[in-house]
Amino acid sequence: MAHEATMSPLAHADDHGHDHHHETPNVFGFWLYLMTDCILFGSIFAAFAVLRNQFAGGPSGKELFDLTNVGIETAILLFSSITYGFASINAMAKNKTMVLVWLAITFVLGLSFVGLEVSEFSHMIAEGNGPDRSAFLSAFFTLVGTHGLHVTCGLIWMAVLMVQMMGPQDLSQRMMDKLTCLSLFWHFLDIVWICVFSFVYLAGVM
Amino acid sequence: MLGKLSLSAIPFDVPILVGTFLAVAVIGLAVLGAVTYFGKWGYLWREWLTTVDHKRLAVMYIILAIVMLFRGFADAIMMRTQLALAYAGNPGYLPPHHYDQIFSAHGTIMIFFMAMAFMTGLLNLVVPLQIGARDVAFPFLNSLSFYMTLVGALLINISLFIGEFAQCGWLVYPPLSEMQFSPGVGVDYYIWAVQISGVGTLLTGVNFFTTIVKMRAPGMGWMQMPVFTWTAFCTTVLIMASFPVLTVTLALLSLDRYLGMHFFTNDAGGNVMLYLSMIWTWGHPEVYILVIPAFGVFSEVTSTFSRKPLFGYNTMVYATCSIMVLSFVVWVHHFFTMGAGANVNTFFGIMTMVIAVPTGVKIFNWLFTMYKGRVEFTAPMYWTIGFMITFSIGGMTGVMLAMPAADWILHNSLFLIAHFHNVIIGGVYFGYIAGMGFWFPKAFGFKLNEAWGKRAFWCWFIGFYLAFVPLYILGLEGMTRRMNHYNNPDWYPWMLVAEAGAIVIALGIVCQLTQLYVSIRDRNLPENLDLTGDPWGGRTLEWSISSPPPAYNFAVIPDIHGLDTFHTEKQLGRRAHNKPLAPIHMPKNTAAGAIIGAFSFILGFGAIWYIWWMAGLGLIGIAVTMIMRSANRDVDYYVPVSEIEHNEEIYSRRIAAAQAAE
Repeated sequence: MAHEATMSPLAHADDHGHDHHHETPNVFGFWLYLMTDCILFGSIFAAFAVLRNQFAGGPSGKELFDLTNVGIETAILLFSSITYGFASINAMAKNKTMVLVWLAITFVLGLSFVGLEVSEFSHMIAEGNGPDRSAFLSAFFTLVGTHGLHVTCGLIWMAVLMVQMMGPQDLSQRMMDKLTCLSLFWHFLDIVWICVFSFVYLAGVM
Repeated sequence: MLGKLSLSAIPFDVPILVGTFLAVAVIGLAVLGAVTYFGKWGYLWREWLTTVDHKRLAVMYIILAIVMLFRGFADAIMMRTQLALAYAGNPGYLPPHHYDQIFSAHGTIMIFFMAMAFMTGLLNLVVPLQIGARDVAFPFLNSLSFYMTLVGALLINISLFIGEFAQCGWLVYPPLSEMQFSPGVGVDYYIWAVQISGVGTLLTGVNFFTTIVKMRAPGMGWMQMPVFTWTAFCTTVLIMASFPVLTVTLALLSLDRYLGMHFFTNDAGGNVMLYLSMIWTWGHPEVYILVIPAFGVFSEVTSTFSRKPLFGYNTMVYATCSIMVLSFVVWVHHFFTMGAGANVNTFFGIMTMVIAVPTGVKIFNWLFTMYKGRVEFTAPMYWTIGFMITFSIGGMTGVMLAMPAADWILHNSLFLIAHFHNVIIGGVYFGYIAGMGFWFPKAFGFKLNEAWGKRAFWCWFIGFYLAFVPLYILGLEGMTRRMNHYNNPDWYPWMLVAEAGAIVIALGIVCQLTQLYVSIRDRNLPENLDLTGDPWGGRTLEWSISSPPPAYNFAVIPDIHGLDTFHTEKQLGRRAHNKPLAPIHMPKNTAAGAIIGAFSFILGFGAIWYIWWMAGLGLIGIAVTMIMRSANRDVDYYVPVSEIEHNEEIYSRRIAAAQAAE
């Protein structure tokens, strides 16, 4: 994704005279990007809301969803937010080793989430209930898949940051900014998932 | 290996396209040859193609916009000529499938690659200078945005010679744009060109919003911001709020086309009206994204050339913000005939009419700014006055269309076409050209030729009315849009008048080219040179520095004490600052934007033609370049004080020379 490459060298040089708080333009800019991402998800949710009962003779959510599996996915993702939180706390304490450890744990959790989702998808497709089966399934796969794609991008980003952090150097301000942006991204994906869980899975089964 | 691509994709059998291709190839080779002959590749690469300087990106955006104007206008005059011929027994010279591509390409190019590129160019040129900043918040992203826009424009123009373009209008409504009815690559060209340039636009929105919020000079509160910056601010908000919806809408359409999904298909539960609702959720704010900065230009031009502060600055700001908000609650007026019911249509009809109120406030503000002012009738002022008349008429026909009952009759007729050209040419285009004339000396250090500018204005102004008033009449007579042949004898004379109008507009474009040529030729004449950096007696900060400004814009960041501080200080005779100079921290040029652009092109082209290894290569290339850029620490440098002193010295001498000449 683009954001890590956005780190502006002007961030500190050129805003003298402004209130400094603890936020650089980088983090502010990333917040804005997240808001646009929020609208992106909102649009897909809207499409899902319109198409959620268009089964076209195919299966409904009630027949397809396995709440146990989804429950495990949800628990893993929520837990990965907590572990990222520990990474953030250690980053503020400038304890780089522990940041790497917690990021690695977060990475494993994120990867298992994506793995579970892929297996859920492939199971459905194998049974003939792929995204081309009905408008409902198109919307389902697109909404959940877009979230999964975001998590995958987050994982790639996390891996890149971990590699960049290795070596003897201390955590720079630039790296702190990147960790903050990824943290915002990761927690944001959690919030989106809670909406997916409630409006897609729970509402689909009930 | 090559997906759908084969030699049969090249339209050898269409003489118009072969001729166009030859012309483009000859001109292109001539330009490339000239660059090689004069040994300018290194200069071009170092100073322009890899630049992160907002002023240079602005110039490149506007050049792109002007080239796209030619392409879009060529489409326009071909359509007018077809309709001037294709009456009764004469089939005209364009077969329907070609004609359909032309009207689709005309709209797409004019909106996404002419108007959007021009708007972004003006924002780039003016906003950082008006707020006293040394660059935008994310200079690298700014370069990336430009390349995204450029790649979109390239893809859409390549469709002319390899394959075909969409035949279902500039918003590719399904189900016509679905695989079932458009199995070719035309819609895919549309999707990828618009998606890639849309990413660029979204990044521009984030970038300029951050710049305006975080990088204003000390003392410049919200209500001390110049009006153009305010309009830029509102436009960035609209971009951030609406472009993600466009991205999603087109992504869902591509999923239908590429993976056989059923979002907008006729079968399996798809919903066509969902597409219309989503695309116009973006599409209506989009027209305000284009026109709001034009309002900003008119405000700056009117107050500068009337030698008065803008009348009703506060109301202007509030009006702009109201339009920004209201633009999100009117989208259903684009499909009143959908059958949403009387109550829904009534709501959206009323909201649409309400927008006329803040717009009317603006018109009166400009009129009162001119009232009792010492109006100087420069070319930008001509465009501004032409706008006030033309846009008011366009606004009134807009209010007519806002009535669902009237819309029921007029929708999809040429009346609608006349209406939106009325506001987009009369509002957006006139505004951008006024802005180009107004800020041209700032970018290049010399003025545009006034006489040719005024000739261009008269051709455009008269040509516009000749070309579009007949369309209003034809619309009322029941002629629908996108026809390529007709039998009604009543329509024929009006079509001839419209063709004449298009020719007059073509003369206007010729005048504009001549204006550029003459201005560059005579750039060193004393009356054309802008030595002081303040050729018009301007009011805002961009006029307080040399023309063209140094890369860092401001040697010392000015302190702001109120609205139009620069003008106040001129009145008080305080021009020179005496703050100590310090080294200036600046971003280094980078090729990353160009490289990511190149890979985006590979991705887009591969995806359009189903060449999956190529698309994959593009995607991996983008990711790897991003990661390498993020690891690069060598991204900035300091401008030493000696260099700043040197530049300031030259600037002082030029001001002294200008004063001596007076």
